[in-house]
Amino acid sequence: MLELKNVSAGYGESSVLKGVSTTFEKGKLTSIIGKNGCGKSTLLKSILGILPLSSGKVVVDGNNLHSMSRNEIAKKVAYLAQGKSTPDMTVEQMVLHGRFPHLSYPRRYQEADREIARKAMGVVGIYHLADKPLFTLSGGTRQNAYIAMALAQDTDYILLDEPTTYLDIAHQRELMNLLVKLANRGKGIITVMHDLPLAFNFSNTVAVIQNGTVVAHAEPSEICGSSVLDEVFGVKIERLPNDKFYYDY
Amino acid sequence: MRCYMKSLPKNKIANIYGIAILLLILSAVLGVLLGASGISLTDMLSSLVKGDIESPEVKILLYVRLPRILSGLICGAALAVSGAVVQGVLANKLASPSIIGVNAGAGLAVILCSAFGMIGGWSLSAFAFIGAFLTVMLVSIAAKKWGASRGTVILMGVALNALLGAISDTVITFNPDVSVMSNDFKIGDFSSVTYAELIPAAVIVLITFLVLITLSNELDVLTLGDENAKGLGMNTSLMRVVFLLMSALLAGAAVSVCGLLSFVGLLVPHAVRRMAVTESKHLIPLCALFGAGFVAVCDTLARVVFAPYELPVGIIMAFLGAPFFIFILIRGKGGHRNA
Repeated sequence: MLELKNVSAGYGESSVLKGVSTTFEKGKLTSIIGKNGCGKSTLLKSILGILPLSSGKVVVDGNNLHSMSRNEIAKKVAYLAQGKSTPDMTVEQMVLHGRFPHLSYPRRYQEADREIARKAMGVVGIYHLADKPLFTLSGGTRQNAYIAMALAQDTDYILLDEPTTYLDIAHQRELMNLLVKLANRGKGIITVMHDLPLAFNFSNTVAVIQNGTVVAHAEPSEICGSSVLDEVFGVKIERLPNDKFYYDY
Repeated sequence: MRCYMKSLPKNKIANIYGIAILLLILSAVLGVLLGASGISLTDMLSSLVKGDIESPEVKILLYVRLPRILSGLICGAALAVSGAVVQGVLANKLASPSIIGVNAGAGLAVILCSAFGMIGGWSLSAFAFIGAFLTVMLVSIAAKKWGASRGTVILMGVALNALLGAISDTVITFNPDVSVMSNDFKIGDFSSVTYAELIPAAVIVLITFLVLITLSNELDVLTLGDENAKGLGMNTSLMRVVFLLMSALLAGAAVSVCGLLSFVGLLVPHAVRRMAVTESKHLIPLCALFGAGFVAVCDTLARVVFAPYELPVGIIMAFLGAPFFIFILIRGKGGHRNA
């Protein structure tokens, strides 16, 4: 279990997260939603320690995450940032870098690391593209390559910051199905989302952030039945008879 | 359990290494054999075998051609690798030590050393490194602090180049005895190289190169972007400084020997990348090999094309390198990707 205990963090003088306490479980896909600037990305960066906390702590399986070294943190939690570059390397080379925190100087990837990278590409369904340079791939496939890298990192939790950005609806659904698959394999998936129906239809739980605090964190059906979305976004999510969610603009 | 077994093609990379090593050997042999004095290989060898170290053949070999060819190889390797590292760290393929002002920073330091009477040795290399390092850190910090785009970083480098050049020219104006600030120094030249300049630079280049090889994965992870690299457990700020420091060591060492030799730091990494070499563990050694070979060949041509007159090697490099660079850009249908 990954727990945030009264976490506050921000940039310089400005405090973005204000005493956030919540938990994320392994084997579950959690979507974090909220308006622009409410602290969704800040929450992920705070968990990882990229952004130092002004107060509170992050606990993973009973251990204070930020008392660990960067390498140790990277063995517990993988993170895919929002703005990803297209590095000049092949898919396999990038996925192999998921093994980076597991090695010490001078870092040389061994056959065992290569096998883990191949398996990760297999799980994500991009093994046949192993030799392809990343810049030759579509945005959706490149996103999958990043996810394979996070998978090769072999962590219990994977944090993703708006992974569906720039993807068409077909690739968005494909990506969400992949995240569900990873959650079903026991990973704790925590992803920042903007598309509410996508978040509600695929997630086990949804965390709603407003002004730096988690105002709701529950199963989609529970959030759907409350007024929190109306208060935060001014919209209402409806649940269809086929258990799918949609909302009107 | 399904086992995924597939290996990446290794023949291609082996062939590229083969070509690079061949170019290096060829350039070294030609550099030793060819020259204005027209001494034959047999004359040199026979004098060497006899142990006649006072003979003109052996003197020319040991004190003219050998230091010259070695400095061409070392400076070529250093500048090419420095360029590859700067491009990787700044995630900018337009960057090179000469374009972002690193060479100019080293050059200014060398000129100041010369103005104060230092004309060779470790102190010259050290000052060249300090000049290069301060410049590269200035560009890097400015790029990060103001979130400068890749194009802006290049423009800052151009401005910095002009500023450092102006300071250098001012020093020369008030101190005309600074012999180092000749046109040859500005263009890049090996004609007056001595072992006193070469040995410290060679030691610095060799050690830096060996350390860099052990950090090739770190350099690749940096290209994933700052936050993704942090997510993989890397202390990105520290690693960026380490790489820029090594890049400055290489550029500074080269400038202390051959002056402001430009182009090689931009051209060679591009050419090697165009051969589909992407991993730094191959990119760095191949840049070293091709950079060494390219500069050594150009220097030999500079010596023999108009013999007994010599051209500064920078001129030959521009004549050969510029059309080749444009050719590889056009053949790659625009070098704008990730630029």
